[in-house]
Amino acid sequence: MMRIKLTAHTLVYYAFAITMLIFTVLLSHTAFFTTANLLNVLMQTSPIVVMAIGLSFALSVGHIDLSIGAIVALCGMVAAMLLQPFGLTIAVAASLLLGGLIGAFNGYLCERLGIPSLIVTLGMLGFLTGLSRQLSGLQSIPIIDPQFISLFGQGAVLGIPSQILWLASLVCLAYIILNKLRFGRHLFAVGASKPAAYSMGLGVSRIRVWAMALSGGFAALAGLLYAGRMQSARYAIGESDLMALIAAVALGGCSLLGGRVNIIGVLLGVWLIGCISNGLILSGFSSNEQMMVKGIILIVAVVVTSKVNSK
Amino acid sequence: MKRTALDQTVLKVSGLHKNFDGVDVLNGVSFNINRGEVVALLGDNGAGKSTLVNCLAGRIQPNKGTIEINEQALLLNSPSASEQAGLAIVHQDLALVNELSVIENLFLNREILHSNKFLRFFGWLDKSAMAKKAQKLLQRLGTYLPDLNAPVATLSGGQKQVIAIIRAVHAGADIIVMDEPTSALGAEQYEFLMSLIRLLSSQGIAIMLISHNLHQVSMLCDRAVVLFQGYSVADVALNEVDQAQLLAYMNGAVLEMAQAS
Ligand SMILES: Nc1ncnc2c1ncn2[C@@H]1O[C@H](COP(=O)(O)OP(=O)(O)OP(=O)(O)O)[C@@H](O)[C@H]1O
Ligand SMILES: [Mg+2]
Repeated sequence: MMRIKLTAHTLVYYAFAITMLIFTVLLSHTAFFTTANLLNVLMQTSPIVVMAIGLSFALSVGHIDLSIGAIVALCGMVAAMLLQPFGLTIAVAASLLLGGLIGAFNGYLCERLGIPSLIVTLGMLGFLTGLSRQLSGLQSIPIIDPQFISLFGQGAVLGIPSQILWLASLVCLAYIILNKLRFGRHLFAVGASKPAAYSMGLGVSRIRVWAMALSGGFAALAGLLYAGRMQSARYAIGESDLMALIAAVALGGCSLLGGRVNIIGVLLGVWLIGCISNGLILSGFSSNEQMMVKGIILIVAVVVTSKVNSK
Repeated sequence: MKRTALDQTVLKVSGLHKNFDGVDVLNGVSFNINRGEVVALLGDNGAGKSTLVNCLAGRIQPNKGTIEINEQALLLNSPSASEQAGLAIVHQDLALVNELSVIENLFLNREILHSNKFLRFFGWLDKSAMAKKAQKLLQRLGTYLPDLNAPVATLSGGQKQVIAIIRAVHAGADIIVMDEPTSALGAEQYEFLMSLIRLLSSQGIAIMLISHNLHQVSMLCDRAVVLFQGYSVADVALNEVDQAQLLAYMNGAVLEMAQAS
């Protein structure tokens, strides 16, 4: 029998397996284990996976990025607004660039002012949320561009929904960056020990800024995916995802203090939380109750991963 | 001796000053090192040896003074500047990333990339090449580690020291500075390091060795520079002085005698 050692990075596999086991008992009378429902969970969580990947980059160097949700909203809106006058390419490019630049600016402020990313990105969260509300006038911006909708929303290639394709390719991309490329190794080194990484000649500040830029860029991409799926952009999108996001990466074994990231773990972490939410809905829990559960999961996930780690 | 053939200065430190919060730690340190020379940097605890090393490493900047490498005055304002100038350092605190593996530490910032040009462009790592080379490098210090993918945190103090030494040695540097590299080494690794230092020196690499072991120093080094309270108080060929004299320099006795007269 194969045994997987219990570490912060493998914890999520156990959690996932156990939750599914419990669900087979508790939810067997509901529609949980139908293909349609599971596919639905998969689709609904795909923008969150993309955000979680972004957050993983920030965490890998020891940063946190609370502004992800706000970047999602703003960049989705910017794309929606530019789509009509400038066309698909420019709208998408501008949105991604904006996300990356906001992230890089977050990172730059942290390095320049020497203040924690918790504060910088919290401020950015407030600023961007206000900006999005101002820009939108609290109205949602409809998207009618069929190309955009097919690319980021309801399109499919060979019968595979484009949202799933995005998900798969971005997970692969992140996996490669973190595990196969020099840059990923440098991210972990900086996250694990800034002084040692600096002494070994790494450009610690530059690497940390890049990590935040990636976080912002992935957030923008999540904004496009949301906009494509809902065929509109709204100022409040992404606002409520923060807790699920942090709970998911913690479940996935990311240390909130920096260091190695297991992107498959993060993916499973998001899915696990998506499944739990879905299971709660099917069992008739209200959205308030779901929120309470997510809060509890966040705390439990962090406690358990740190306990497992310190063993 | 070999020194005569290689009479070419690779490192020249002149008038280096450093103070921390108003406390003078280096008070005008000056010395040269020639190609292929093995020079000891001696001094009591707190004499300023590691501070000098940190200046050379680009970890901290001196308040005054110059560092010349191959007759070029350089501003070593970061560790990567120091590395580019041809210096490799084994820090007293080792400066390893404990969470990363042995291989990752050995090759951090000097990774071997994939031979395919396209993959190389993106910084694709050649992990098997690094694993192979790591094995070979460790053999140079007679060290066998069962798992080169284990985090450095799981190693013993001596094993960590070996990793830090090897990392410095395979950097292709002109000058290698080792800050107390033998303090945790086992007898066998110690002998391996001695012969490795001799080998490097014969290849023209200059070595600066910081050690409290005067016996070791006299066996291995050509010359000693002695620091006392941040002053360089002596720069002597080791075949011209005995240990008692070295101790006198290190204790500042010589300096006090000079001041008295
Ligand atoms: N970052 C720092 N801030 C303030 N003081 C420092 C700092 N680094 C070193 N010092 C002081 O400088 C003096 C010299 O320290 P240094 O580490 O260079 O000594 P050393 O010669 O390497 O000693 P040892 O043999 O114990 O390693 C000490 O008095 C130390 O307290
Ligand atoms: Mg020291």
